[in-house]
Formats: sequence, structure tokens, C-alpha cells
Amino acid sequence: MKPIRLKVNGQHRTVNVDPDSPLLFVLSDELGLRGPRFGCGMAQCGSCTVIMGGRVVRSCVMPVKAVGEEEVTTLEGLGTPAKPHPIQQAFIDEGAAQCGFCLSGVILTAKAVLDGNPGASDEDIRTALGGVLCRCFTHTRMLRAIRKYADTTREHARKA
Amino acid sequence: MHARRDFLKAGALLVSFSAASLTVSSLEGQGQFDTHPSHIDPKKLDSWLAVAADGTITAYTGKCDFGQGMFTAQTQLVAEELCVAISRVKLIQCDTSIAPDQGTTSGSQSTPTNFNSQNLALAAATARETLLSLAARKWGDPVDQLTAADGVITGTGGRHVTYEELIGGRRFNLVLSPTATRRSPEQWTVLGKPVPSLDRSALMTGQFEFIHSVRVPHMLHGRVVRPPGMGAKVASVDRGSVQHIAGLLKIVVRKDFIGVVAETQYEAMLAARQLAVRWNDGPELPSQKDFFEHLQRQPSKDTLSVDSGDVERLLDGATNVVRARYTYPYQMHGSVGASCAVADVKSDKATIWSATQSAYPTRSIASTLLNLPLDSVRVIYVRGSGCYGLNGADAVSFDAAILSQAVGRPVRLQFSREDEMMWENLGAACVIEHRASLAPDGRIAVWDREDWVTSLGNRPGYDRPGNVISGMLLGYEPEPLQPGPAKPPAGKFRNQSNTVPSYFAGCIEGGCGGGGTIRSERALTHTVRSPFFTGPLRSPLRIQNTFANECFMNELCAQAKADPVDFRLRHLDNARVIGVIKAAARAANWEPRVSPAPNPSKTGVVSGRGIACVDYEGGNGYAALIAEVAVDLATCLVRPTRFVVALDCGPVSNPDGLRNQIEGGILQGMSRALVEEVTWDNRRITSTDWETYNSLHLDYEMPAIESVFVTPEGVPAIGAGETAITVTPAAIGNAIFDATGGRLRGLPFTPQRVSAALREARRGSGLA
Repeated sequence: MKPIRLKVNGQHRTVNVDPDSPLLFVLSDELGLRGPRFGCGMAQCGSCTVIMGGRVVRSCVMPVKAVGEEEVTTLEGLGTPAKPHPIQQAFIDEGAAQCGFCLSGVILTAKAVLDGNPGASDEDIRTALGGVLCRCFTHTRMLRAIRKYADTTREHARKA
Repeated sequence: MHARRDFLKAGALLVSFSAASLTVSSLEGQGQFDTHPSHIDPKKLDSWLAVAADGTITAYTGKCDFGQGMFTAQTQLVAEELCVAISRVKLIQCDTSIAPDQGTTSGSQSTPTNFNSQNLALAAATARETLLSLAARKWGDPVDQLTAADGVITGTGGRHVTYEELIGGRRFNLVLSPTATRRSPEQWTVLGKPVPSLDRSALMTGQFEFIHSVRVPHMLHGRVVRPPGMGAKVASVDRGSVQHIAGLLKIVVRKDFIGVVAETQYEAMLAARQLAVRWNDGPELPSQKDFFEHLQRQPSKDTLSVDSGDVERLLDGATNVVRARYTYPYQMHGSVGASCAVADVKSDKATIWSATQSAYPTRSIASTLLNLPLDSVRVIYVRGSGCYGLNGADAVSFDAAILSQAVGRPVRLQFSREDEMMWENLGAACVIEHRASLAPDGRIAVWDREDWVTSLGNRPGYDRPGNVISGMLLGYEPEPLQPGPAKPPAGKFRNQSNTVPSYFAGCIEGGCGGGGTIRSERALTHTVRSPFFTGPLRSPLRIQNTFANECFMNELCAQAKADPVDFRLRHLDNARVIGVIKAAARAANWEPRVSPAPNPSKTGVVSGRGIACVDYEGGNGYAALIAEVAVDLATCLVRPTRFVVALDCGPVSNPDGLRNQIEGGILQGMSRALVEEVTWDNRRITSTDWETYNSLHLDYEMPAIESVFVTPEGVPAIGAGETAITVTPAAIGNAIFDATGGRLRGLPFTPQRVSAALREARRGSGLA
């Protein structure tokens, strides 16, 4: 066990954990976060996805000691039920969930792609979602919600 | 403190409903554990509904939401019947201490059970009528002069009274009134409307409490150590192998069950991985290569669904017998989240937070495994990852309870991906053989079908722990399978597993319960012991049987040189099946012609269309699906491009929720048709993760889906969640035939199987 400083969703936190522990266990057990969830523990499904330095990271295979200074953003770091992030709002508007277990992977992956390239095409986004699994098969609504959000980022990209 | 009384006294405890209440921890939300009745009497109104002093209405249901929309739909139902806004209703699902025992939430039974004239719907209607009578008595008004709206009853002369003034904080002390009248679909203002699912904001912002997020004070973490293969037994456990793990508190060994408990998840995971166990192997598994042939040679328990007694004679005398053999592989629930549960077992009582579909049966099994009285065990349902049937949720709940009992502290148990996939109760593998012949007029004269179904274990129910892996490892036997010949069919015709094609007349002892016109008919089922656990997977056996039945129907149709829609209609007299077929054909602009498409191209990408329909479980939902596919003749890859589905489930509770279920069902069915198949070697299942078990990921280019609802007047509400998936593999298979002339008789439709079907078609047409 060792104290480790983390910046998660805008807040500095110190946790006393085994430095080799996967980040996911620290986020869920030490910090009580519900967004990233254990799906496979092998970086194959995306349920545990977080964003670090603009890139999506599978927190189930990232040792907490490897996080360093980089801020970690989880699904709850984007917005709240009262004030959701626009991409979360698009998912709410489209009803793009069934069980909803996979949402961290779906929403954060799409957001990271569009943050990096606001003009990303549907094809770019779909390719990025290749490692994300939804077993309820809510694909149609999820892709519609992402397209809706992407339309706004593309509009900004065009104007900029 | 008594949990139910808390709700009556203070709606404030639960806050009035808002999306935010779904983010409340189940610890705070569900009240304290205390004495509770073993059976919450479903005949009593107070078992279902309570009006708090602040006007909040709490409803209790034994049917729960796994993501299929039951939370929202049941909230709508209660709001509708009680004439209040949805925000006034708080729904408590499947908490065995405070909600009525409604068994298992499964089999598309929640809608027929709770949305017609019994149970939750009848309770809500009884409550509304009771409130109206209370107001009528108070004022001396005739009850038919009163109206209820928004929780207020208005009488003659404009006087009014609120529900809480009439009954708030007190019990009804009444039984459900069998004559209470449901509000009719024409009156509905909440039910039947596309109300946005109530869990949306909490889900999309990561605040929703899944079972995986449940945390209890002083909680420890567990993992299990499963055998390396089916039937393996513990020889020895080397406890020293994990001594170096600081936070490891206990290694639990009970017969062949092994688990570890540690301070942290990480330590539990390490201990489970590193614990050295010697196992004695079980018997060798049958080879996967010729498994279906093996299956057909096994002793079996036989059942006749229908037998007109003349099929052998007629087929012997026929010159144009069409035969085909269909196979369906083992498939997985493959929940995206490996199962998880939390248990807090004390010396005299236990609480289990579980994502099981069977909260009440789980309580009973846990009471057996823990050796605690039934009344001392409470199971609180908390949603897990979508389950689609019997995934690992039951097993993980039992295992968590065993581990918690061993350490005397609450334990959260998280399965690994391999624990989940190697040991779940798989969707059954089947072989289905058909023989039929056509009459000179082109109609089907006789149809005989025989199937071999694998079976081992099932839902544990109230008394069968051995039906899932946990129980078997603890020394309990699965439900026995006694081989024996079939008895002649007797009693009412039943088609629970859609064994019998929709086109059979289904005549038993003079009464005909099928929906079709074929009177020379036989359906014989051989149930065979499976080498792996099996259990209900969304549309259990219905999807397997419908794939074989609806594809063979098209083989007969091709033989008769008829249009597949017209040919079906000629063999049906069930108006509701006919209704969905016609609606789907209309919506898809179906043009009558023979399959395969005339002059198909021999190169490039060819396209085709196929139809399939089902009378789900014989009366619990109707669907017809038209699939359009593109087949690349070079790569033999199949890509569905469009689906048009017509669905009849009676009155629709929430059209948006239903569309979501239909879309998910069809795409899940498409994944099962195209890529899903469990593999194994001589010892173990080798599909243990997402590289060894295929599922269509989010980068798959999805087809367009159009859905049409058919709602005959005056019919009850029936199942809707499993009808669309049931017809999907068959519709795709029929579309591939239409596009290429190749007939796929086994799932999944891999390029290898498509290529083989194309070769066979060319041979058949003399082009090889």
C-alpha cells in the first residue's frame, strides 16, 4: 500500500493503494465512482473506459501507478443529471441505452474522437468504436445520438 | 423499523420520484432489514400499493427491469390507473422483503402478468376505485358523479379531496377487487405514450447504481476459483501459494467450490489467479467436430407435441419428399459486465444484493445453501449488466453468500470474464430434421419434424441449486433427465417452445389449437443430456425451432415455386399471424415472386429478401420480419441492409420502449445469426473472452430497421421482448437463399458455411 495522488474529474484525491492495482478498482472502490465498470478486465469491451490526456484508456488494465499527473475523466466527470454534457444530452434525447452498462465506452470513445477532431466523419467514429461492445445491441440509437452530437462539433469546426 | 411502514409514514424517505432517485444507493433507498413476512400476500392491496401522507404513491412489483424498460412501463401503468403524474409514483422492484413474490422475471411474461386484469394492474385499478368510493361515502355522492385527476377527486358542486386526505399514511386493508375496471386504452394519457425511459439521465451521466456499484460498510472482496473443465474435482489446494498476498483473509473450500476473500479487489483477483489447486479431470467432452451426430445417438427423453398418426404412411407413399437437417450451436448470454453480487450473511440472517431475474427463488436457494430459515434471508434486486436470461447473476449471488458466511462480513464478489463465460448456462444446441411433401395443388400435404435438444440444469427455481455451477460444485445434482419414449399427445395443444411450425393445425384428440392448415403433422422432441450447463437465453428454443421451421417452410415454398408470403398465407388461419405478415409485406413493398431471385449474378455483390414469422409461444406475441441482405460472392460475407418488422403484442405500454426492444432484439438476433458460436476442446469451453466468442461490436455497419405495430381491438397485452429476435436468423437465412440460391442450414452464417451452401446450390443446379 502506498499513497498515490490522482486528479479525477477536476478534483485532487489521495488514495492509499497497491500501486499495481488497476485504476478501475481505485476509481470504483476508493473513490466510489459508478461510471467506469468491470466488464472483462482484459481491455476487450470498453465498459471501464476513462479519458486521460484526451485519449481513451481502459482503466481495467492500467495500473494506478502509471497514471501520474494526467487528469482522469470518467463518465460522471462530463456532466450531471441536472446539467448533462451535450453528448450525454444527445444520448438522453435519443434514449440510446437499454441496460446501459457499456455507456462509458460508447460515450467517452465518441467524445474523445470528436474532441481530437471535431470534423471526424461517421466512418472515423465507427472505426474508433471497434473495441466497444454493447450486448443489448442498442447500436442504432447510440450511433444516432453520436451523429447528432457530431453535427454540432462539425458545425463548430466548419465555422472555426 | 419495518421497511414497509417507513414508506407509508414518510414518502420523504424515498423522495418524490425523479431521475435523481435512481442514483440513490440501494442501502438508503430500500430501508432497513428487519422482520418481514415470508409471503407478502398478493391478494391484498397493501402488498402492491401505498399512499404516503405526502401523496407519494409507492408501488411494489415482483417483475424487474434489466434494461428492457419494465421500470418505466410499470411506473406508467400505476400512474395511469391512479390518475396521477409519473413523478408521484415510486416503484420498488423485486425486494423479497417488501414486494410480492412474482417468481422470475422472464419469458416475456411481465406484460401479460402485470398489464392486464391481475396483479399490479388490478391492484392499481382497485386502489383508484377504492379512493373514489371513499370520497363518494364522505360526501354522500353517487360514485359515478366523481372524477379523479392528478391525485385529486372532484365531486358535485366542485368540491374536491386529495388521495392523501382520504388514505395517506394508512393501509387500505382490502383484497384486490376482481371486478375493478382497468382504464381503457382510449382513456390512456400516460400508458401507451412514448414516455422517455426514467433511468436515462442517471445512466448517461454515470450515476446509475448497478449491482457492480453497490458498496456496503465493512465490505470485503471475493473471487472464485473455478475448475479447469467440466466435471473436474478438487484434489488438493496449496494454501501456501498465496500466503504472500497481504490482504488475503480467507480461502474457502467447500467440496469443489473454491473462493477467496481479501481486503481489496486487487488482492482477491491476485489470490484467485495465483492459488495453486490440483484438480482431477472430469470425463472427456464429446468432440465439437461431429457433436450434432453425437447428439442424435444419445439416450433421450421424448415428447410428442402433436401426432396425427398418418405421417409415416403418407411420406412412404409420396414421391416428392423434401428433407432437410438444421443445426443450431450453443450460444452465450455473454453479458458485457461479468456478474457481480454483494452478500451480508450474519449468524441469523442474510441480505443479498443481486441482479438475478429470480429474486424470490434465489432467496429460497440461498436459505438452503446457508442453512438459514427462509424468513431470515432477504434478496434485494439491483440491476446488473443486461442478462438476456440466465447469465451468471444467480451463480454469483450464491457464491457471494457462501463467501460472506465463511468470513462473517459482507462480501462483494466479482466474476472474471472467464468465470462468466466458461460456466454460464448456455443457450441450447439443437438438431432439427424435417420431412414433408406437397400435394398436387402445391399445398403442403404432410410435415414431420423431429428435434434433438441439449439440456443440463436450468434456472435453479426454489429447490434446485445444482441447476447452476455453484450448486453443482457444492455437491447438489442438476434436475435429472430420465430417458424414455414419448406418450401420445393429450390434452390441450401447447407450443411453448415453438417446436411446432405455425402452419400445423395442431390437432389433439379432436381439438385443433395450432394456427395452420396442415393436418398430417408430427412434432417429436428428444431431450438429451448436455455436456455443458444450459438455460434460458432470450427466446430459448423458440429461436432455434423458428430458425429451422421458417427456413424449411421456404424450402417447401421453393419446391412449390410459390411466393414466400403467399405460400405462408395459404397455410395459415391464425388471423394475428396473417395480420403481421400482411403488415410487414405492405411496409416493405414486398413484390410477389419465387425465390431465389431470377437470374442472380454469379459475381460481385448480390442482394435478396427473406421473410419469417412466429406465433410466439403459441399466443404470446406475433411477429413477421422481412430481411434484406447483400452477399459478397467473393468473400462470402453476408451483410443485412434493411429489416422491416411487424409486431402484434396487443396494446402497447410504451411505443418508444417497444421500438428499443425490437431494434435490440433484431440486432442481437443478427449477431447470433452471423457470428456467435461457443467452442470447446476435449476438456473445457474455449470461448472465454471477446476474442474467442464473437459478437458484433459498435463498428459494425448497422442495417436500417423499420417497425410497424399491429394492434387488434380488445385483445389483452402480451409479450414483446422476444418476438423480433425469434424470427431474425430465419429471415436472414431466407434472404441469403433468395440472393444466392444457397440454403444455410446451420448457424452462424460464417463465410465458410455460406461458401459451402453456394457450392451445394451450384451442384444442385448442375453448374458445379
